[in-house]
Amino acid sequence: MAHLLKRFRYHIAIFFAVIGPGFITAVVDNDSGGIVTYSQAGARWGYLPLWTLLPITVVLIITQEMCSRMGAVTEKGLSDLIREEYGLRVTFVMMTLLVLANLTNIMAEFAGIASSLELFHVSRYISVPICAFAVWFLAVKGNYRSVEKVFLFACVVYVTYVISGFLVKPDWKEAAIYTVKPVLMLDASYINMLIGMVGTTIAPWMQFYLQAAVVEKGVTAKEYAESRIEVIVGCLMTSVIAFFIIVACAGAIWAVHPRDINDGKEAALGLKPFGEYAVLLFAAGLFNASIFAASVLPLSTAYSVCEGMGFESGVNKTFREAPVFYWLYTLLIGVSAGVILMPNFPLFKMILWSQVLNGILLPFVLIFMILLINNKRLMNEWTNSRAANAIAWLTVVVMIGLTLALVATSIKGMGNAAG
Amino acid sequence: MAESFLYFTELLNLPVYDLKHRRIGRVRDAALVPLVHQSRVDRFLVGAGSSWLSVRYDQISAIGLSGIQLSDEKLFPYHSDEYMLRINRDLLDQQIIDVNGRKVVRVNDVTFELQRVPGFEQPFDQIYIKEVDIGLRSILRRLLQGAVPRKMIRRLQQPVAPNSIPWDFCNIVEADPQRRLRLNISHDKLELMHPADLAEIVEELGPAEREAIFETIDSEVAAEALSEMDSKTQASILESLEPEVAADIVEEMSPDEAADALGELEEETSQEILEEMEQEDKTEVSELLEFEEDTAGGLMNTEYMSLPDTATVADAMVMLRENEELLENLNLILLVDADGRLTGAVHLARLFLAAGETLLKSLAQDPLISAPVDMPQERVTELFDKYNIFTLPIVDKQRVLSGVITADDIISVLRQK
Repeated sequence: MAHLLKRFRYHIAIFFAVIGPGFITAVVDNDSGGIVTYSQAGARWGYLPLWTLLPITVVLIITQEMCSRMGAVTEKGLSDLIREEYGLRVTFVMMTLLVLANLTNIMAEFAGIASSLELFHVSRYISVPICAFAVWFLAVKGNYRSVEKVFLFACVVYVTYVISGFLVKPDWKEAAIYTVKPVLMLDASYINMLIGMVGTTIAPWMQFYLQAAVVEKGVTAKEYAESRIEVIVGCLMTSVIAFFIIVACAGAIWAVHPRDINDGKEAALGLKPFGEYAVLLFAAGLFNASIFAASVLPLSTAYSVCEGMGFESGVNKTFREAPVFYWLYTLLIGVSAGVILMPNFPLFKMILWSQVLNGILLPFVLIFMILLINNKRLMNEWTNSRAANAIAWLTVVVMIGLTLALVATSIKGMGNAAG
Repeated sequence: MAESFLYFTELLNLPVYDLKHRRIGRVRDAALVPLVHQSRVDRFLVGAGSSWLSVRYDQISAIGLSGIQLSDEKLFPYHSDEYMLRINRDLLDQQIIDVNGRKVVRVNDVTFELQRVPGFEQPFDQIYIKEVDIGLRSILRRLLQGAVPRKMIRRLQQPVAPNSIPWDFCNIVEADPQRRLRLNISHDKLELMHPADLAEIVEELGPAEREAIFETIDSEVAAEALSEMDSKTQASILESLEPEVAADIVEEMSPDEAADALGELEEETSQEILEEMEQEDKTEVSELLEFEEDTAGGLMNTEYMSLPDTATVADAMVMLRENEELLENLNLILLVDADGRLTGAVHLARLFLAAGETLLKSLAQDPLISAPVDMPQERVTELFDKYNIFTLPIVDKQRVLSGVITADDIISVLRQK
């Protein structure tokens, strides 16, 4: 008995030791783009889209679980593995796409920072440069452990959405029904919304980030069971937060008058009838999500690229030792923040582009992941089970289908935006 | 050919011509046979139709950017040969260790040196691996390879600075021990590195490669490198090794570090390793394992020198001569009574100023500073700061001397915060 207790204590200790990567990835997933998508879904369609969260959670868990397993077993990043197994050219193409897609993602994050702080009456010409510098400084001068602690604390701030969800007093009965009742409509904008929900929840950068974070954390195959639990809890948290954002916008905006919203600021202002607090909480949540993702994305991109292409990387190296790493990191932040400050910059179009690039990249990333995780030489006894493979391939097929649709509508959207 | 070098990206897909100057195929890979020669390309694998032919280096008369000319017609089909280190398959895109630059690098391309050898009948060309290419210039070659003519790539790459590692400084890490033997790969070069550099490199590698290195290098070097890592990494490495190998390494570590590393493991694993250790080391380490990690007992080590409090300076000198291995980190000699209780401590430097017959007791520092085994590590750190000491004796409840904490242990504690 005492032995059992000791074993149990050992596992609890390991769980807390491996906590971090899964939570952080899952939560960064609800970044500025995600919040806008969920708000839009709730504002335009009310409680109807809630059912999608269940299948999205399943797919999210499957892809994230594969990444963290690969990280724990091989102790190598995803871009490392792609390079070693598929050569330099493939890696180069993937990394180029990843940089372009993430650049536009980071722009969206800085846009989120600008618009959320404008609700607190801070001009973007002040907030964006300060935040950009803070983000840059945090990673370059802080150490990973303290940065991770800051991130884990930031996860807590997402509770603001849960509170705003309650503040607007939504119709909980409706919400409960539509959470489990799928509604399919052959309405172009409804389908578009569904695609958008899936697209923002499962992004290529997450796979690279999560695997790298698991490696960085030093999670080993032996501790993997605990890491898997962490990943699953993280994914569930993502969906719970998404649920409350949709519910809040459904209760506040859709219940009054269903309409389209274009950015997070509009969503927050929609909560106004329910008191200043609801607005401020929503805005605080948006700011937190944006700056959180803005801290993670540039660093993760620089790491993936440098590891895949074989450049020196790491924040513990000096600028002279790892020039490509630092230049890439600095440019990603500088360009994205600079663009937000440019008047008349076609930001909306850039975000559509980023969705297209993400969409092109994602199927490749997923296919490489499945091929790698079934490689016996790399994974030993940790390859996918037959059932896991079946679900994973099904996910890939569904994702490719949805992505093609998303790319098609985004390109169409660009055409419209241009016209 | 005027140039005396060739890149692997250029060699790949180079056409191969037979004696009648008919093209028989293109180069698909090239291989060393390290047991025969460490850097000469021994075989060229030529794709002809659906199968591959194996061409030996002495069946070739000329190698150039326009193709390879054979001097022999008797070619054999290629079938997987375990003694070959194939450049395309085993080297390109993989991680190797740059022993001189002390880092892990990824291979983008390989530069060969082209040599014209006077043969029995006529001279023939041979290529040797000269260096392994990393950095932008070789990335450019890889990206353009096949799409742009070879000569043009040479011109295009000119403005980009080369970045290469001489083949002599490259250490390939092979996880499979059998293959390691067949390919004559050793990790000897790694033993020449500073343990701290080795530790940093090993942390960048995957678990299989890590295990391979720790299994093959000298256990003393392994112990030193292991001591430079954080206890989590130590644990994961020790766990991956065979208990005997792990025990050999742990024996070479200082007892307090060994205990810390073993303390991170699951009890079963650490017991297995302890079982394999020699009796003396085993007792010391298992005693230390009993203490809570963040107390004086968990920090201390048992590498100290103690004498009865009736001893003289001359006795101390004899003892120092007999225990030379302890000298490096020693600055206190501890005095104990007949029951092993701590009664005093003498600074090593004092011995030089005193006559041989002087009683050590009379040289002892006053007051005697010591700490109990259960003192929390924060308090221990405070003591070091307050009294500016380098070594702190640790005693148990009966004031019996149990070990010492040295300043380097405290620095590790502070750094972990």
